[in-house]
Amino acid sequence: MDLTLKIWRQENAKAKGKFETYKVKDISPDSSFLEMLDVLNQQLIEDNVAVPVCFDHDCREGICGMCGLYINGRPHGPDTAVTTCQLHMRKFNDGDTIVIEPWRAKPFPIIKDLVVDRSAFDKIIEAGGYVSVNTGGIPDANAIPIPKKDADISMDAAACIGCGACVASCKNASAMLFVAAKVSQFAHLPQGKVEAKDRVKNMIAKMDELGFGNCTNTGACEAECPKEISLTHIAKLNREFFAAKIL
Amino acid sequence: MATLNSKIPEGDISQKWTNYKAHQRLVNPANKRKLDVIVVGTGLAGASASASLAEMGFNVKAFCYQDSPRRAHSIAAQGGINAAKNYQNDGDSVYRLFYDTIKGGDYRAREANVHRLAEVSNSIIDQCVAQGVPFAREYGGLLDNRSFGGAQVSRTFYARGQTGQQLLLGAYSALMRQVNKKKVTLFTRHEMLNLVMVDGKARGIIARDMVTGKLTRHFAHAVVIASGGYGNAFFLSTNAMGSNGSAAWQIYKKGAYFANPAYVQIHPTCIPVHGSFQSKLTLMSESLRNDGRIWVPRKKEDAEAIRAGKLKPTQLAEEDRDYYLERRYPAFGNLVPRDVASRAAKERCDAGYGVGSGLAVYLDFADAINRLGKDVVEARYGNLFQMYEKIVDDNPYETPMMIYPAIHYTMGGIWVDYELMTTIPGLYAIGEANFSDHGANRLGASALMQGLADGYFVLPYTIQNYLSDEILTPRMTTKEKEFEEAENEITGKIDKLMNINGKMSVDSFHKKFGLQLWDFVGMARNKEGLEKALASFKELKESFWKDIKIPGKKDELNPELEKAGRVADFIEIGELMAKDALMREESCGGHFREEHQTEEGEAKRNDKDFMFVGAWEYKGEGQEPALHKEVLEYENIQVAQRNYKK
Repeated sequence: MDLTLKIWRQENAKAKGKFETYKVKDISPDSSFLEMLDVLNQQLIEDNVAVPVCFDHDCREGICGMCGLYINGRPHGPDTAVTTCQLHMRKFNDGDTIVIEPWRAKPFPIIKDLVVDRSAFDKIIEAGGYVSVNTGGIPDANAIPIPKKDADISMDAAACIGCGACVASCKNASAMLFVAAKVSQFAHLPQGKVEAKDRVKNMIAKMDELGFGNCTNTGACEAECPKEISLTHIAKLNREFFAAKIL
Repeated sequence: MATLNSKIPEGDISQKWTNYKAHQRLVNPANKRKLDVIVVGTGLAGASASASLAEMGFNVKAFCYQDSPRRAHSIAAQGGINAAKNYQNDGDSVYRLFYDTIKGGDYRAREANVHRLAEVSNSIIDQCVAQGVPFAREYGGLLDNRSFGGAQVSRTFYARGQTGQQLLLGAYSALMRQVNKKKVTLFTRHEMLNLVMVDGKARGIIARDMVTGKLTRHFAHAVVIASGGYGNAFFLSTNAMGSNGSAAWQIYKKGAYFANPAYVQIHPTCIPVHGSFQSKLTLMSESLRNDGRIWVPRKKEDAEAIRAGKLKPTQLAEEDRDYYLERRYPAFGNLVPRDVASRAAKERCDAGYGVGSGLAVYLDFADAINRLGKDVVEARYGNLFQMYEKIVDDNPYETPMMIYPAIHYTMGGIWVDYELMTTIPGLYAIGEANFSDHGANRLGASALMQGLADGYFVLPYTIQNYLSDEILTPRMTTKEKEFEEAENEITGKIDKLMNINGKMSVDSFHKKFGLQLWDFVGMARNKEGLEKALASFKELKESFWKDIKIPGKKDELNPELEKAGRVADFIEIGELMAKDALMREESCGGHFREEHQTEEGEAKRNDKDFMFVGAWEYKGEGQEPALHKEVLEYENIQVAQRNYKK
């Protein structure tokens, strides 16, 4: 496949960015999107054209959450339920022009080219995304039976990889789906109930403080989430939040 | 010269750890506040150690090269974590987990360490459940288990096909809780590039801030390396792109011994290689072997027809299929250990029975779907099937999956004693970075167990035995000459790399090197090939320092510079792997020397001459490393030829 790529280039956090156009040839439809960018970078280095394009990536199997590109106006590109590293070139056509941008959201400042700073997510978890237990002195794992249904819903929520596609897809740059996934995971388990009220209040307060917007139920986050985290977790988050505030 | 004192406690094997804990020295709470510990890496071992040490009161500085500790590659572990809970009432016990691990490791692991691992395995499950890890459950609300290779019991706990993710997020949560309490200082997008030693003890590290390129100095009373394995030396592996052996290699060059570098695990069930542009290989969890049956065509002409696209696997009659694992190993069938399954696949493909490109075998779920229904299979493995379909563009519910072995894990690593301390005082290695528990082959679902055992339940105890002597050691300013020298060493190395100005990209070079490593130091090794590899690696090393090209600047985010530093180390690690493989004139576990096999093609150990851990000591650039032997003594297990046939 021969492709034209329009890629956001920005030297550093302070520099002004712009789109640059590159062409790549003979891309295999079986290669992943990031492998296509590897080919481009190889070309840029060995033909001495430009400094290679920086992008975040690590596991390349859709679980670490490090990769995330805004491709033709969609986080993680045109396929559903995949991360950018799992997106394959067979989803494009020979001769296509592909526009590649970084996540665009105020709480995710650009570091360089397509790399953004998502440490805001760590700060939200730091505010309460845990059960406060120390290592050791724990009762037997089977001491508290947990209904399979609850454990399954909890696992659905826990599948979040923290990639930030929900924020990037949201017109308000809201992190509600990310926060909801963590709150809902714990809210469905007895272990998480002890600190449920403080957790939801602290995480929401931190989310607001970091400049993420509010949820207006558009549902773009759910549509673009590579792990298909459901909006019902946001409903659960809202319920937990109201309960914590009122009761 | 350091000597190999493994510091195994006295007493009966089942009492060693209890006795150790009863008699070790501790640090009181007021003194813990005065002591700093650096932890490099935030995977299962690093994150759990950082959190546990901070909870106890130590000040922890945690480093990772990713943008968040949650990205560490432990997250990609799919299948599960072992523990000797015996919840299934199928005869499991601490002893049996200990026994299976020693046997699975082909009698090349240290008994005392493995027994301790089996002992603490149950606490790990309790800990994770308390943290809110959503393990799979039965309808009665209790925890579910499945089986993994090398065991005849079901002792593997799992969270769908994302067990590593859930365990890592548990440890990451615990870590972030300590960050919030200001007991852990987090350094993300930082890469450790050097160890700082003062008066023979580990006292800190030099790290590079990968965003600004600035070198930073960090002091601590003890340093813990939890940076994972070196499987990425091969370029193509199931590791993450950034996984590297550099932290381990830096400490090797400062005097920590490197043990059993030749022990590399080749995982039998990975998606086969499909093109030269490929950047990594994707694992399909071993749990699939619970229900999937592995086969190739029985007749060569059928294999040829399938390769040519003239025949579909589903058209082949039952009697024309060779379920070679079930045929060769009736007792364990498709659940033989990884090294055995990998070699058997290679044997069939080399003999001309491979499918796909010729280097692939089938993993077939047709029987399981008939027996259990598609819904049950989907509930068990749905996310793996989806992942396969996205990559290969083929529906595994209808056509059998194609798989082939790939580099996955390194059993070898930094030599540590019973306390997980390296040969450098105050320097520890935990998780995949050390060599300790898996011998020559790791059993499935045991990496997660070992990482968390080291981090939650072993290191936080044993490190106090050392730190109790450090309570009067004041913090250093990092302006001392040792820090200065360690930083200058790295500045020199980076400048040298930036000034090579060749024509070749680091990736092109790494691919070339990785292929050679795979050909000569991969699944099957022989004297001739290893000698050839050693000569070739020497040339490649020279070529690297002449031919590669790193664009951009050193004081900015520069992935090419990061990769170059890692590849420079991988070449040297590869050299040591080949040396170790050449020295070890036997086959054991993942190390298969073609000269040493039984008539049936099974690995043939030489216990008389090689029942030892081979620990290598760095002797300087261009010098031959020195081999030290830690003789392995088996007092509680009868050493035997591994037999998975009956």
